[in-house]
Amino acid sequence: MSVALEAEASGYNFAYLDEQTKRMIRRAILKAVAIPGYQVPFAGREMPLPYGWGTGGIQVTAAVIGADDTLKVIDQGADDTTNAVSIRRFFQRTAGVATTTATTDATVIQTRHRIPETPLTEDQILVYQVPIPEPLRWMEARESETRKMHALAEYGVMHVRLYEDIAHMGRIVKSYDYPVRVDGRYIMAPSPIPKFDNPKMDRMAALQLFGAGREKRIYAVPPYTRAESLDFEDHPFEIQSWDDGCALCGAIDSYLDEVVTDDKGGRMMVCSDTDHCDKRRAAGYSGPMAAPYAETPK
Amino acid sequence: MYVAVKGGEKAIDNAHALLAEARRGDTSVPELSIAQIREQMRLAVDRVMAEGSLYDPDLAALALKQARGDAVEAIFLLRAYRTTLPRLAVSRPVDTAKMQVRRRISATFKDLPGGQILGPTFDYTHRLLDFTLAAESLETPAAPEAEPPEDAGMPRVVDILGDEGLIEADIPAEPDAVPGDLTREPLEFPAGRDIRLQNLARGDEGFVLGLAYSSQRGFGNTHPFAGEIRVGAVEVEIVPEELGFPITIGRVELTECQMVSQFKGAKDKPAQFTRGYGLTFGHNERKAMAMSIVDRTLRADEFGEERAHPAQDEEFVLSHTDNVEASGFLQHLKLPHYVDFQGELVNVRALRRAATPARLKEIAE
Amino acid sequence: MNLVSTAARDLDDDPPLLSVRNLAKHYGNALGCRAVSFDLWPGEVLGIVGESGSGKTTLLNCLSGQIDADGGEILYRHRDGEVADFRTLPEPQRRALLRGEWGLVHQNPRDGLRLRVSAGANIGERLMAEGARHYGEIRGAAMNWLSRVEIATDRTDDLPIRFSGGMQQRLQIARTLVTGPRLVFMDEPTGGLDVSVQARLLDLIRGLVDELGAACVIVTHDLAVARLLAHRLMVMKGGEVVEAGLTDQVLDDPHHPYTQLLVSSVLQV
Repeated sequence: MSVALEAEASGYNFAYLDEQTKRMIRRAILKAVAIPGYQVPFAGREMPLPYGWGTGGIQVTAAVIGADDTLKVIDQGADDTTNAVSIRRFFQRTAGVATTTATTDATVIQTRHRIPETPLTEDQILVYQVPIPEPLRWMEARESETRKMHALAEYGVMHVRLYEDIAHMGRIVKSYDYPVRVDGRYIMAPSPIPKFDNPKMDRMAALQLFGAGREKRIYAVPPYTRAESLDFEDHPFEIQSWDDGCALCGAIDSYLDEVVTDDKGGRMMVCSDTDHCDKRRAAGYSGPMAAPYAETPK
Repeated sequence: MYVAVKGGEKAIDNAHALLAEARRGDTSVPELSIAQIREQMRLAVDRVMAEGSLYDPDLAALALKQARGDAVEAIFLLRAYRTTLPRLAVSRPVDTAKMQVRRRISATFKDLPGGQILGPTFDYTHRLLDFTLAAESLETPAAPEAEPPEDAGMPRVVDILGDEGLIEADIPAEPDAVPGDLTREPLEFPAGRDIRLQNLARGDEGFVLGLAYSSQRGFGNTHPFAGEIRVGAVEVEIVPEELGFPITIGRVELTECQMVSQFKGAKDKPAQFTRGYGLTFGHNERKAMAMSIVDRTLRADEFGEERAHPAQDEEFVLSHTDNVEASGFLQHLKLPHYVDFQGELVNVRALRRAATPARLKEIAE
Repeated sequence: MNLVSTAARDLDDDPPLLSVRNLAKHYGNALGCRAVSFDLWPGEVLGIVGESGSGKTTLLNCLSGQIDADGGEILYRHRDGEVADFRTLPEPQRRALLRGEWGLVHQNPRDGLRLRVSAGANIGERLMAEGARHYGEIRGAAMNWLSRVEIATDRTDDLPIRFSGGMQQRLQIARTLVTGPRLVFMDEPTGGLDVSVQARLLDLIRGLVDELGAACVIVTHDLAVARLLAHRLMVMKGGEVVEAGLTDQVLDDPHHPYTQLLVSSVLQV
């Protein structure tokens, strides 16, 4: 973090970025909303956090957040992973906005790698941090070529990749960052969320914004817009499932993290969405390894 | 029973406290001052200014101190600060022909107007550790001062070649042309030469050096001759709107390299040498020379050369020069990836379950 | 120019599939090709022969959209009967043609194949690009085409990089023909292969083109290849067509001195 920021946060503009930069980003966002799934190049700024650690998401959040917003930041579904903590602090310090861990209380949610389990509403904006915005990258490394492929909707290679999975392994093995076709037109990288979350993206009530800071791209899925996961008729898209539910709250329909409990093969599965798990336990749900529920110490 | 791990916030605070302690090191050793770093670690300061795109020796020294001497981290600090600064004016192009030269060498002519000036250089030192430097408070004898040259003029070597038409003309800037600005516009391809040079000037010294070296070893050779390398101070001028004439606002030290490269000719065009250009803040000949070679390799298309090697591939080179981007992206692998990894675990386990002994045997054969 | 209609089929009343008029291409001051005009009817195979530097590859590259010509027309009659100049079609429509109704077989199979994906995916790609979304059917088509080009179907999941040159060329042909193109361009399809492999490949190409009824433009420097495959020939020299006609007529009774030279030098071998 920059020297000046440590010393005197109030020396910076609201939410760090200057107003001109925010306007530039808002214009890119508007264009992205107008062309769902299209990657809009934008003049990404150098942020006081490293590239690859959420600079794209931070810039998008900074451009859309207002003084009366309530911000939630999650990484891997959790509010208290170190990078989520660091980004939440950044906005507390530079924007002084209210923050929350409760999905339902947030108006803006910045996320890395997950969509909250609780369905989002029209009053919320979900901001994704994106490392590689180009879904065609692994078949074609050149930006000059991939832009042309998007423009002409030449997407045969995406299915070539899925074909290869099935041919060699009997199933589509892509498990995260699973490509979607937005509004029947652009193929889009949903960021490295597990494919478990892809169905939530489809026709979501909330506005979904994607920021890639290092690659300097912004894209969007407007509310209630189709986002279809690519597949074959005879190998339809499917999501992950587990044999047992969350060891703490007993949920059987949430995405689970695996916790290694000893070096003798001991494992337990817990909700990756910590707020979801907390809320369920507060409501009296319990899994096989749960301690009696207590308010989380602040 | 299991209680989920919490306390990321506390952990971060503690990590920062430990970092501050590690930065200071043994408190019985006196603390470094910014002035000491600026004066005695000058080449590190110069590199941070160049790749940080901000000419401010004190801030660069501060960044180095804060970064515990890590150049890339210091460059990052300076960049993040730079991006918050207002733009008050745009300077006129600096004129390196009017440079107050501290060092100037040409490998293409034995002697030339203005002469060869070695200046402060490692070039002919024998790389033997000088243990006298370990003794502190040692007096450094003053270097002898040269007589002022009879003729103060020091024309650029490429201009001398240019007068004879032996080297391609500098592409004349269109009168109203505004050079692109990488810090204000996203990089797109094909990039113009202005953007290319900016990108290389900000690019990681090690990466640009490696590319230039690869070209010298035959991966896109441009047959370079170090036409001229000059180091010194130039004046920076702006033309305030209310005045309408240029005023000097300061001086910056620069290193410039003009690489005289592979000549070209055609039936209708007599042969001429071609140019490669390198420029850095401060004193950094390695970077300026490497940059000038890579500038030339990237002009392959312009001269109808086959683009067959990495150093000739604009998208490959320009996309990967920036060490703040590269370092951030590489190190983001330290961030949690539990969710993605869980997806892969589910996959691999399912695939292994599906792999019956018969199928495995089939694969093994 | 004397346009000779196809003798093999009675198609005199049908309009041509492709009509090229006055096509020209220069490289700076150097001539690639000029004043090239011809008609091509459905199911017809046209051979373009000449030495290296004669402009035949430039012509093929212009026709197949690899490079832009700088004059003339390439009039193509679509499936729906509409005729359009390929040169003025918008890029999306050009690309759509190139991945569906047209096919291109490169001299070097590596230029036409995706080397990092399996043989099956190479064949399936054009189908998927056209919207095929049933894995089983795509795979079925791929295996069917592998057998048609005499590659064992147990190689379906192998990477083409493990194939011999002849197999790669056959795979490229399968990949090109799988969408049932109406017009196929081939650039020295047997170049760089052993003589024994060449003969087999020529038989195969002749059979497939005949079966599909595709029109075909084949560039070759090898008059034996031309005689075997082409119904008609165009002889090129210095960027221009110097003689054209039915293959047997051109080869057995060459009129232009250059053609006579070409034919006699072949006979001497």
